[in-house]
Amino acid sequence: MTEKMKTIAVLRYRPEQDDTPVWQEYAVPYGDDTSVLAALNYIKDELDGTLSFRWSCRQAICGSCGMMIGGKPQLACKAFLRDYPERVTVEALAHFPIERDLVVVMDGFIDKLEKVKPYLIPREKRSPDEGEYLQTPEEMDLYAQFAGCINCGLCYAACPQVGLNPDFLGPGAIALLQRYNLDSRDGGTDERMALINAELGVFNCTAVGFCSEVCPKMVDPANAVNVNKMNSARDYFFRFLRPSPKQGGCR
Amino acid sequence: MSKRRPYVRPMDGWFKRDPFFIEYMAHEGTAVFVWLFALEMLAGLWALAAGEAAWAGFAAWLASLPGLVVNALILAMLLYHGVSWFLIMPRTLPPVRVGGRRVAGSTISAVGLASMLVASVAVVGFFCLLANGGQG
Amino acid sequence: MSDRLKRSNEPVFWLLFGAGGMLAALIGAALVFVLVFAVPLGLMPAEALSYASARAFAENALGKVFLFVVVSLFFWHAVHRIFHSLHDLGIHAGRGARLLVYGSALAGTLAVVLALALIGA
Repeated sequence: MTEKMKTIAVLRYRPEQDDTPVWQEYAVPYGDDTSVLAALNYIKDELDGTLSFRWSCRQAICGSCGMMIGGKPQLACKAFLRDYPERVTVEALAHFPIERDLVVVMDGFIDKLEKVKPYLIPREKRSPDEGEYLQTPEEMDLYAQFAGCINCGLCYAACPQVGLNPDFLGPGAIALLQRYNLDSRDGGTDERMALINAELGVFNCTAVGFCSEVCPKMVDPANAVNVNKMNSARDYFFRFLRPSPKQGGCR
Repeated sequence: MSKRRPYVRPMDGWFKRDPFFIEYMAHEGTAVFVWLFALEMLAGLWALAAGEAAWAGFAAWLASLPGLVVNALILAMLLYHGVSWFLIMPRTLPPVRVGGRRVAGSTISAVGLASMLVASVAVVGFFCLLANGGQG
Repeated sequence: MSDRLKRSNEPVFWLLFGAGGMLAALIGAALVFVLVFAVPLGLMPAEALSYASARAFAENALGKVFLFVVVSLFFWHAVHRIFHSLHDLGIHAGRGARLLVYGSALAGTLAVVLALALIGA
Protein backbone atom coordinates (compact mmCIF):
# COMPACT_ATOMS: atom_id res chain seq x y z
CA MET A 1 0.00 0.00 0.00
CA THR A 2 1.10 3.59 -0.66
CA GLU A 3 1.48 4.99 2.80
CA LYS A 4 0.66 8.47 4.00
CA MET A 5 2.75 9.35 7.05
CA LYS A 6 2.14 11.45 10.11
CA THR A 7 4.41 12.50 12.97
CA ILE A 8 3.44 11.58 16.49
CA ALA A 9 5.30 13.41 19.26
CA VAL A 10 5.11 11.44 22.49
CA LEU A 11 6.08 12.82 25.88
CA ARG A 12 8.30 10.08 27.24
CA TYR A 13 9.33 9.53 30.81
CA ARG A 14 11.46 6.60 31.88
CA PRO A 15 12.16 7.12 35.58
CA GLU A 16 15.37 5.06 35.47
CA GLN A 17 16.95 7.30 32.80
CA ASP A 18 14.96 10.58 32.43
CA ASP A 19 15.13 13.31 35.07
CA THR A 20 12.19 15.07 33.44
CA PRO A 21 9.89 13.99 30.59
CA VAL A 22 11.25 14.42 27.05
CA TRP A 23 9.52 14.59 23.64
CA GLN A 24 10.22 11.88 21.13
CA GLU A 25 8.88 11.84 17.57
CA TYR A 26 7.78 8.85 15.51
CA ALA A 27 6.67 8.72 11.86
CA VAL A 28 3.63 6.51 11.53
CA PRO A 29 1.67 5.40 8.44
CA TYR A 30 -2.00 6.20 8.67
CA GLY A 31 -5.32 5.94 6.91
CA ASP A 32 -8.79 7.38 7.46
CA ASP A 33 -9.53 4.88 10.21
CA THR A 34 -6.22 5.02 12.12
CA SER A 35 -6.90 5.88 15.75
CA VAL A 36 -4.19 7.32 17.98
CA LEU A 37 -4.28 4.04 19.89
CA ALA A 38 -3.65 2.09 16.69
CA ALA A 39 -0.73 4.40 15.94
CA LEU A 40 0.72 3.84 19.42
CA ASN A 41 0.41 0.10 18.93
CA TYR A 42 2.19 0.47 15.58
CA ILE A 43 5.02 2.31 17.34
CA LYS A 44 5.25 -0.36 20.02
CA ASP A 45 5.16 -3.26 17.57
CA GLU A 46 7.27 -1.84 14.73
CA LEU A 47 9.39 1.09 15.94
CA ASP A 48 10.05 1.17 19.67
CA GLY A 49 9.07 -1.62 22.03
CA THR A 50 9.96 0.45 25.08
CA LEU A 51 6.95 2.80 24.77
CA SER A 52 4.48 2.25 27.63
CA PHE A 53 0.75 2.98 27.57
CA ARG A 54 -2.47 1.45 28.89
CA TRP A 55 -5.24 0.14 26.68
CA SER A 56 -7.73 -2.63 26.43
CA CYS A 57 -11.04 -2.53 24.59
CA ARG A 58 -10.41 -0.23 21.58
CA GLN A 59 -14.06 0.86 21.67
CA ALA A 60 -14.38 3.61 24.27
CA ILE A 61 -15.87 1.53 27.06
CA CYS A 62 -12.97 0.26 29.19
CA GLY A 63 -11.65 3.75 30.02
CA SER A 64 -7.98 2.69 29.97
CA CYS A 65 -6.46 4.75 27.17
CA GLY A 66 -7.09 8.31 28.36
CA MET A 67 -4.28 10.72 27.43
CA MET A 68 -3.67 14.28 26.27
CA ILE A 69 -3.95 14.22 22.48
CA GLY A 70 -3.27 17.54 20.80
CA GLY A 71 -3.35 19.01 24.31
CA LYS A 72 -6.90 17.84 25.10
CA PRO A 73 -7.90 14.92 27.33
CA GLN A 74 -9.21 12.19 25.06
CA LEU A 75 -9.47 8.42 24.72
CA ALA A 76 -6.75 7.32 22.29
CA CYS A 77 -9.16 4.81 20.74
CA LYS A 78 -11.68 7.57 20.01
CA ALA A 79 -9.22 10.12 18.54
CA PHE A 80 -8.14 9.78 14.92
CA LEU A 81 -4.98 10.88 13.14
CA ARG A 82 -7.05 12.20 10.20
CA ASP A 83 -8.27 15.06 12.45
CA TYR A 84 -4.77 16.47 12.97
CA PRO A 85 -2.38 18.25 10.64
CA GLU A 86 0.95 16.56 9.92
CA ARG A 87 1.94 16.35 13.61
CA VAL A 88 0.07 15.45 16.79
CA THR A 89 1.28 15.51 20.39
CA VAL A 90 0.49 12.72 22.82
CA GLU A 91 1.11 13.14 26.53
CA ALA A 92 0.08 11.39 29.73
CA LEU A 93 -3.19 12.61 31.30
CA ALA A 94 -2.68 16.03 32.90
CA HIS A 95 -2.95 16.46 36.69
CA PHE A 96 -1.95 12.84 37.32
CA PRO A 97 1.63 11.95 38.26
CA ILE A 98 3.39 10.19 35.37
CA GLU A 99 4.39 6.62 36.27
CA ARG A 100 6.08 5.96 32.92
CA ASP A 101 5.57 7.43 29.42
CA LEU A 102 1.78 7.58 28.91
CA VAL A 103 0.97 5.60 32.05
CA VAL A 104 -0.21 7.66 35.03
CA VAL A 105 -0.50 6.91 38.75
CA MET A 106 -4.20 6.28 39.37
CA ASP A 107 -4.00 5.56 43.12
CA GLY A 108 -5.29 8.94 44.29
CA PHE A 109 -8.16 8.76 41.81
CA ILE A 110 -9.15 5.24 42.85
CA ASP A 111 -8.97 6.28 46.50
CA LYS A 112 -11.41 9.15 45.79
CA LEU A 113 -13.80 6.80 44.00
CA GLU A 114 -13.78 4.49 47.03
CA LYS A 115 -14.37 7.36 49.43
CA VAL A 116 -17.78 8.26 48.00
CA LYS A 117 -19.15 4.77 48.91
CA PRO A 118 -20.08 3.97 45.31
CA TYR A 119 -22.52 1.16 46.10
CA LEU A 120 -26.15 0.91 47.14
CA ILE A 121 -26.69 1.50 50.82
CA PRO A 122 -30.25 0.16 51.06
CA ARG A 123 -32.92 2.48 52.39
CA GLU A 124 -34.47 -0.48 54.19
CA LYS A 125 -32.81 -3.82 54.82
CA ARG A 126 -34.66 -6.76 53.37
CA SER A 127 -33.84 -10.44 53.17
CA PRO A 128 -33.43 -12.18 49.79
CA ASP A 129 -36.75 -14.00 50.11
CA GLU A 130 -38.54 -10.66 50.27
CA GLY A 131 -37.54 -10.16 46.63
CA GLU A 132 -35.67 -7.51 44.67
CA TYR A 133 -35.57 -3.79 45.26
CA LEU A 134 -37.85 -2.59 42.51
CA GLN A 135 -37.38 0.54 40.45
CA THR A 136 -39.42 2.17 37.69
CA PRO A 137 -37.86 3.35 34.40
CA GLU A 138 -38.61 6.95 35.47
CA GLU A 139 -36.67 6.43 38.71
CA MET A 140 -33.76 4.92 36.81
CA ASP A 141 -33.79 7.81 34.33
CA LEU A 142 -32.87 10.20 37.16
CA TYR A 143 -29.40 8.71 37.62
CA ALA A 144 -28.76 6.74 34.39
CA GLN A 145 -26.64 9.53 32.91
CA PHE A 146 -24.23 9.46 35.89
CA ALA A 147 -24.05 5.66 35.75
CA GLY A 148 -22.42 5.97 32.32
CA CYS A 149 -19.04 6.90 33.84
CA ILE A 150 -16.19 4.58 32.77
CA ASN A 151 -13.62 6.03 35.24
CA CYS A 152 -11.31 7.05 32.42
CA GLY A 153 -10.01 10.11 34.29
CA LEU A 154 -10.43 12.57 31.40
CA CYS A 155 -12.46 14.93 33.60
CA TYR A 156 -9.62 15.05 36.14
CA ALA A 157 -7.18 15.95 33.39
CA ALA A 158 -9.65 18.68 32.32
CA CYS A 159 -10.10 20.12 35.81
CA PRO A 160 -7.57 22.81 36.79
CA GLN A 161 -8.83 22.71 40.37
CA VAL A 162 -7.75 19.05 40.61
CA GLY A 163 -4.33 20.10 39.33
CA LEU A 164 -4.12 22.99 41.79
CA ASN A 165 -5.40 21.00 44.76
CA PRO A 166 -4.84 17.24 44.41
CA ASP A 167 -6.98 16.67 47.53
CA PHE A 168 -10.12 17.88 45.73
CA LEU A 169 -12.52 14.95 45.37
CA GLY A 170 -12.92 15.90 41.71
CA PRO A 171 -15.61 15.66 39.02
CA GLY A 172 -15.68 11.90 38.39
CA ALA A 173 -15.97 10.82 42.02
CA ILE A 174 -18.71 13.39 42.67
CA ALA A 175 -20.61 12.25 39.56
CA LEU A 176 -20.38 8.69 40.90
CA LEU A 177 -21.57 9.89 44.31
CA GLN A 178 -24.50 11.62 42.66
CA ARG A 179 -25.35 8.45 40.74
CA TYR A 180 -25.97 6.64 44.06
CA ASN A 181 -27.61 9.58 45.82
CA LEU A 182 -30.18 9.81 43.01
CA ASP A 183 -30.96 6.08 43.10
CA SER A 184 -34.42 5.44 44.58
CA ARG A 185 -33.12 2.24 46.25
CA ASP A 186 -30.28 4.06 48.01
CA GLY A 187 -30.42 5.59 51.48
CA GLY A 188 -26.78 6.65 51.82
CA THR A 189 -27.10 10.34 50.97
CA ASP A 190 -26.51 11.49 54.56
CA GLU A 191 -23.40 9.33 54.89
CA ARG A 192 -21.95 10.83 51.72
CA MET A 193 -22.84 14.40 52.65
CA ALA A 194 -19.78 14.87 54.88
CA LEU A 195 -17.52 14.52 51.83
CA ILE A 196 -19.56 16.99 49.78
CA ASN A 197 -19.45 19.53 52.61
CA ALA A 198 -15.78 19.05 53.44
CA GLU A 199 -12.92 21.32 52.48
CA LEU A 200 -11.92 18.68 49.89
CA GLY A 201 -15.52 18.70 48.60
CA VAL A 202 -17.60 20.51 45.99
CA PHE A 203 -16.56 24.07 46.80
CA ASN A 204 -13.14 23.57 45.19
CA CYS A 205 -15.04 23.71 41.90
CA THR A 206 -15.17 27.10 40.15
CA ALA A 207 -17.54 25.95 37.39
CA VAL A 208 -14.92 25.83 34.65
CA GLY A 209 -17.09 23.19 32.96
CA PHE A 210 -14.30 21.65 30.87
CA CYS A 211 -14.81 18.27 32.62
CA SER A 212 -18.21 17.92 30.99
CA GLU A 213 -16.87 19.05 27.61
CA VAL A 214 -14.26 16.28 27.48
CA CYS A 215 -16.36 13.46 28.98
CA PRO A 216 -16.57 10.70 26.35
CA LYS A 217 -19.78 9.36 27.89
CA MET A 218 -21.84 12.58 28.25
CA VAL A 219 -21.99 12.11 32.02
CA ASP A 220 -21.86 15.89 32.73
CA PRO A 221 -19.86 15.69 35.98
CA ALA A 222 -19.87 19.51 36.26
CA ASN A 223 -23.59 19.34 36.83
CA ALA A 224 -23.23 16.69 39.55
CA VAL A 225 -20.69 18.90 41.35
CA ASN A 226 -22.68 22.12 41.06
CA VAL A 227 -26.01 20.59 42.06
CA ASN A 228 -24.27 19.41 45.21
CA LYS A 229 -23.09 22.93 46.01
CA MET A 230 -26.73 23.84 46.54
CA ASN A 231 -27.28 20.61 48.52
CA SER A 232 -24.30 21.46 50.69
CA ALA A 233 -25.47 25.05 51.24
CA ARG A 234 -28.87 23.72 52.32
CA ASP A 235 -27.16 21.28 54.67
CA TYR A 236 -24.95 24.06 56.03
CA PHE A 237 -27.83 26.27 57.10
CA PHE A 238 -30.52 23.74 57.94
CA ARG A 239 -28.39 21.30 59.92
CA PHE A 240 -29.32 23.17 63.10
CA LEU A 241 -33.02 22.57 62.46
CA ARG A 242 -32.74 18.80 62.21
CA PRO A 243 -34.01 16.86 65.20
CA SER A 244 -31.02 14.54 65.79
CA PRO A 245 -27.46 14.42 64.43
CA LYS A 246 -27.24 12.05 61.49
CA GLN A 247 -24.62 9.34 61.21
CA GLY A 248 -21.56 10.42 59.25
CA GLY A 249 -22.15 14.11 59.75
CA CYS A 250 -18.89 15.96 60.23
CA ARG A 251 -17.90 18.04 63.18
CA MET B 1 14.65 -1.84 44.90
CA SER B 2 11.81 0.02 43.28
CA LYS B 3 12.65 2.22 40.30
CA ARG B 4 9.33 4.06 40.71
CA ARG B 5 9.72 7.82 40.64
CA PRO B 6 6.35 9.35 39.65
CA TYR B 7 6.78 12.70 37.93
CA VAL B 8 4.38 15.51 38.86
CA ARG B 9 4.08 18.16 36.16
CA PRO B 10 3.95 21.81 37.26
CA MET B 11 0.72 23.82 36.93
CA ASP B 12 2.38 27.10 35.94
CA GLY B 13 0.52 28.82 33.15
CA TRP B 14 -2.17 26.10 32.94
CA PHE B 15 -4.74 28.67 31.78
CA LYS B 16 -2.79 29.23 28.55
CA ARG B 17 -3.03 25.52 27.73
CA ASP B 18 -6.44 25.59 26.07
CA PRO B 19 -8.73 28.24 24.51
CA PHE B 20 -11.43 26.96 26.85
CA PHE B 21 -9.32 27.98 29.87
CA ILE B 22 -8.50 31.38 28.35
CA GLU B 23 -12.22 32.10 27.98
CA TYR B 24 -12.76 30.91 31.57
CA MET B 25 -10.10 33.27 32.93
CA ALA B 26 -11.55 36.11 30.83
CA HIS B 27 -15.07 35.70 32.20
CA GLU B 28 -13.76 35.28 35.75
CA GLY B 29 -11.92 38.57 35.17
CA THR B 30 -15.22 40.42 34.72
CA ALA B 31 -15.41 40.34 38.54
CA VAL B 32 -12.84 43.15 38.62
CA PHE B 33 -15.27 45.35 36.69
CA VAL B 34 -18.24 44.36 38.85
CA TRP B 35 -16.08 45.41 41.81
CA LEU B 36 -15.19 48.73 40.13
CA PHE B 37 -18.85 49.47 39.46
CA ALA B 38 -19.79 48.66 43.08
CA LEU B 39 -17.01 51.01 44.19
CA GLU B 40 -18.28 53.71 41.83
CA MET B 41 -21.82 53.41 43.16
CA LEU B 42 -20.49 53.50 46.72
CA ALA B 43 -18.53 56.67 45.91
CA GLY B 44 -21.72 58.15 44.45
CA LEU B 45 -23.67 57.36 47.62
CA TRP B 46 -20.99 58.97 49.79
CA ALA B 47 -20.97 62.03 47.55
CA LEU B 48 -24.75 62.18 47.85
CA ALA B 49 -24.49 61.99 51.63
CA ALA B 50 -21.74 64.66 51.73
CA GLY B 51 -23.82 67.32 49.97
CA GLU B 52 -24.49 69.14 46.74
CA ALA B 53 -20.87 70.07 45.90
CA ALA B 54 -19.59 66.53 46.37
CA TRP B 55 -22.43 65.17 44.23
CA ALA B 56 -21.62 67.69 41.49
CA GLY B 57 -18.06 66.35 41.53
CA PHE B 58 -19.33 62.78 41.16
CA ALA B 59 -21.66 63.76 38.31
CA ALA B 60 -18.75 65.57 36.62
CA TRP B 61 -16.68 62.35 36.82
CA LEU B 62 -19.48 60.38 35.14
CA ALA B 63 -19.68 62.95 32.31
CA SER B 64 -15.91 63.35 31.86
CA LEU B 65 -14.04 61.60 29.04
CA PRO B 66 -12.07 59.28 31.38
CA GLY B 67 -15.33 58.54 33.21
CA LEU B 68 -17.10 57.66 29.98
CA VAL B 69 -14.21 55.46 28.77
CA VAL B 70 -13.90 53.56 32.07
CA ASN B 71 -17.67 53.10 32.28
CA ALA B 72 -17.89 51.95 28.66
CA LEU B 73 -15.38 49.24 29.58
CA ILE B 74 -17.38 48.36 32.71
CA LEU B 75 -20.56 48.20 30.60
CA ALA B 76 -18.94 45.86 28.07
CA MET B 77 -17.55 43.61 30.82
CA LEU B 78 -20.89 43.44 32.64
CA LEU B 79 -22.56 42.42 29.39
CA TYR B 80 -19.89 39.72 28.95
CA HIS B 81 -20.43 38.65 32.56
CA GLY B 82 -24.17 38.29 31.93
CA VAL B 83 -23.79 36.35 28.70
CA SER B 84 -21.11 33.99 30.09
CA TRP B 85 -23.16 33.54 33.30
CA PHE B 86 -26.13 32.21 31.36
CA LEU B 87 -24.01 30.15 28.99
CA ILE B 88 -22.61 28.08 31.92
CA MET B 89 -26.00 27.91 33.64
CA PRO B 90 -26.92 24.48 32.18
CA ARG B 91 -23.88 23.10 34.07
CA THR B 92 -24.66 24.84 37.36
CA LEU B 93 -28.45 24.54 37.56
CA PRO B 94 -30.12 21.36 38.81
CA PRO B 95 -31.69 19.44 35.90
CA VAL B 96 -35.03 21.01 34.93
CA ARG B 97 -37.82 18.67 33.91
CA VAL B 98 -40.96 19.71 32.10
CA GLY B 99 -43.61 17.03 31.57
CA GLY B 100 -41.15 14.31 32.62
CA ARG B 101 -38.62 15.40 29.97
CA ARG B 102 -35.31 16.99 30.72
CA VAL B 103 -34.99 20.51 29.34
CA ALA B 104 -32.01 20.88 26.97
CA GLY B 105 -29.02 22.96 28.07
CA SER B 106 -29.36 25.28 25.10
CA THR B 107 -32.96 26.03 26.14
CA ILE B 108 -31.84 26.92 29.68
CA SER B 109 -29.21 29.31 28.30
CA ALA B 110 -31.72 30.84 25.89
CA VAL B 111 -34.25 31.43 28.69
CA GLY B 112 -31.50 32.98 30.84
CA LEU B 113 -30.33 35.30 28.07
CA ALA B 114 -33.93 36.27 27.33
CA SER B 115 -34.52 37.14 31.00
CA MET B 116 -31.34 39.24 30.94
CA LEU B 117 -32.75 41.15 27.98
CA VAL B 118 -36.19 41.59 29.56
CA ALA B 119 -34.75 42.66 32.94
CA SER B 120 -32.36 45.13 31.28
CA VAL B 121 -35.11 46.72 29.20
CA ALA B 122 -37.31 46.89 32.31
CA VAL B 123 -34.59 48.63 34.35
CA VAL B 124 -33.75 51.16 31.62
CA GLY B 125 -37.47 51.72 30.99
CA PHE B 126 -38.24 52.16 34.67
CA PHE B 127 -35.54 54.77 35.25
CA CYS B 128 -36.39 56.61 32.01
CA LEU B 129 -40.05 56.78 33.05
CA LEU B 130 -39.05 57.90 36.53
CA ALA B 131 -36.77 60.64 35.15
CA ASN B 132 -39.10 61.87 32.43
CA GLY B 133 -42.29 61.45 34.48
CA GLY B 134 -40.72 63.43 37.33
CA GLN B 135 -40.40 66.39 35.00
CA GLY B 136 -44.15 66.26 34.26
CA MET C 1 -7.87 11.91 56.52
CA SER C 2 -10.56 12.55 59.14
CA ASP C 3 -9.22 16.03 59.91
CA ARG C 4 -9.48 16.81 56.19
CA LEU C 5 -13.21 16.29 56.47
CA LYS C 6 -13.55 19.63 58.16
CA ARG C 7 -16.75 21.29 57.01
CA SER C 8 -16.12 24.09 54.56
CA ASN C 9 -17.57 27.53 55.28
CA GLU C 10 -17.80 28.26 51.58
CA PRO C 11 -21.63 27.99 51.40
CA VAL C 12 -21.96 31.43 53.02
CA PHE C 13 -19.68 33.11 50.50
CA TRP C 14 -20.83 30.98 47.59
CA LEU C 15 -24.48 31.96 48.12
CA LEU C 16 -23.54 35.66 48.26
CA PHE C 17 -21.39 35.18 45.15
CA GLY C 18 -24.23 33.45 43.33
CA ALA C 19 -26.87 36.00 44.32
CA GLY C 20 -24.63 38.91 43.31
CA GLY C 21 -23.62 37.18 40.08
CA MET C 22 -27.22 36.56 39.11
CA LEU C 23 -28.21 40.15 39.89
CA ALA C 24 -25.20 41.55 38.00
CA ALA C 25 -25.95 39.26 35.04
CA LEU C 26 -29.59 40.34 34.88
CA ILE C 27 -29.34 44.10 35.43
CA GLY C 28 -25.67 45.08 35.93
CA ALA C 29 -25.09 46.33 32.40
CA ALA C 30 -28.46 48.12 32.40
CA LEU C 31 -27.53 49.96 35.62
CA VAL C 32 -24.24 51.20 34.17
CA PHE C 33 -26.18 52.34 31.12
CA VAL C 34 -28.76 54.21 33.20
CA LEU C 35 -26.22 55.87 35.49
CA VAL C 36 -23.65 56.87 32.88
CA PHE C 37 -25.02 56.80 29.34
CA ALA C 38 -28.77 57.48 29.46
CA VAL C 39 -28.33 61.25 29.93
CA PRO C 40 -25.60 61.81 27.27
CA LEU C 41 -27.66 59.74 24.82
CA GLY C 42 -30.72 61.88 25.46
CA LEU C 43 -32.88 59.10 26.97
CA MET C 44 -33.15 61.07 30.19
CA PRO C 45 -33.15 64.81 30.92
CA ALA C 46 -29.98 66.08 32.62
CA GLU C 47 -32.02 66.84 35.77
CA ALA C 48 -32.42 63.06 36.26
CA LEU C 49 -28.91 63.04 37.75
CA SER C 50 -29.32 66.30 39.65
CA TYR C 51 -28.60 66.39 43.39
CA ALA C 52 -32.30 66.77 44.17
CA SER C 53 -33.51 63.79 42.14
CA ALA C 54 -30.63 61.51 43.22
CA ARG C 55 -31.35 62.48 46.81
CA ALA C 56 -35.07 61.81 46.35
CA PHE C 57 -34.28 58.32 45.02
CA ALA C 58 -31.88 57.47 47.87
CA GLU C 59 -34.24 58.87 50.51
CA ASN C 60 -37.06 56.63 49.37
CA ALA C 61 -37.25 53.40 51.41
CA LEU C 62 -37.52 51.18 48.34
CA GLY C 63 -34.67 53.11 46.72
CA LYS C 64 -32.55 52.46 49.81
CA VAL C 65 -33.28 48.73 49.75
CA PHE C 66 -32.47 48.58 46.04
CA LEU C 67 -29.18 50.45 46.44
CA PHE C 68 -28.16 48.36 49.44
CA VAL C 69 -28.89 45.04 47.74
CA VAL C 70 -27.17 45.97 44.47
CA VAL C 71 -24.00 47.54 45.84
CA SER C 72 -23.36 45.04 48.64
CA LEU C 73 -24.11 41.93 46.55
CA PHE C 74 -21.90 43.21 43.71
CA PHE C 75 -19.06 43.53 46.25
CA TRP C 76 -19.60 40.00 47.60
CA HIS C 77 -19.84 38.54 44.10
CA ALA C 78 -16.68 40.28 42.92
CA VAL C 79 -14.40 39.53 45.88
CA HIS C 80 -15.33 35.83 45.90
CA ARG C 81 -14.52 35.47 42.22
CA ILE C 82 -11.33 37.51 42.50
CA PHE C 83 -10.21 35.41 45.48
CA HIS C 84 -10.64 32.20 43.49
CA SER C 85 -8.94 33.74 40.44
CA LEU C 86 -5.89 34.48 42.58
CA HIS C 87 -5.83 30.78 43.47
CA ASP C 88 -6.14 29.97 39.75
CA LEU C 89 -3.17 32.22 39.03
CA GLY C 90 -1.09 30.30 41.56
CA ILE C 91 -1.37 32.80 44.41
CA HIS C 92 -2.61 30.52 47.14
CA ALA C 93 -3.71 33.02 49.70
CA GLY C 94 -3.88 31.98 53.31
CA ARG C 95 -6.20 32.84 56.15
CA GLY C 96 -4.94 36.43 56.37
CA ALA C 97 -5.59 37.18 52.69
CA ARG C 98 -9.00 35.55 52.99
CA LEU C 99 -9.87 37.87 55.88
CA LEU C 100 -8.61 40.87 53.91
CA VAL C 101 -10.54 40.00 50.72
CA TYR C 102 -13.86 39.11 52.32
CA GLY C 103 -13.33 41.80 54.94
CA SER C 104 -13.23 44.37 52.13
CA ALA C 105 -16.68 43.22 50.99
CA LEU C 106 -17.94 43.50 54.55
CA ALA C 107 -16.42 46.99 54.79
CA GLY C 108 -18.11 47.91 51.50
CA THR C 109 -21.45 46.64 52.82
CA LEU C 110 -21.10 48.67 56.04
CA ALA C 111 -20.04 51.75 54.05
CA VAL C 112 -23.23 51.46 51.98
CA VAL C 113 -25.35 51.19 55.12
CA LEU C 114 -23.62 54.20 56.64
CA ALA C 115 -23.97 56.33 53.50
CA LEU C 116 -27.67 55.44 53.22
CA ALA C 117 -28.14 56.28 56.92
CA LEU C 118 -26.40 59.63 56.47
CA ILE C 119 -28.62 60.44 53.50
CA GLY C 120 -31.58 59.82 55.76
CA ALA C 121 -35.25 59.76 54.90
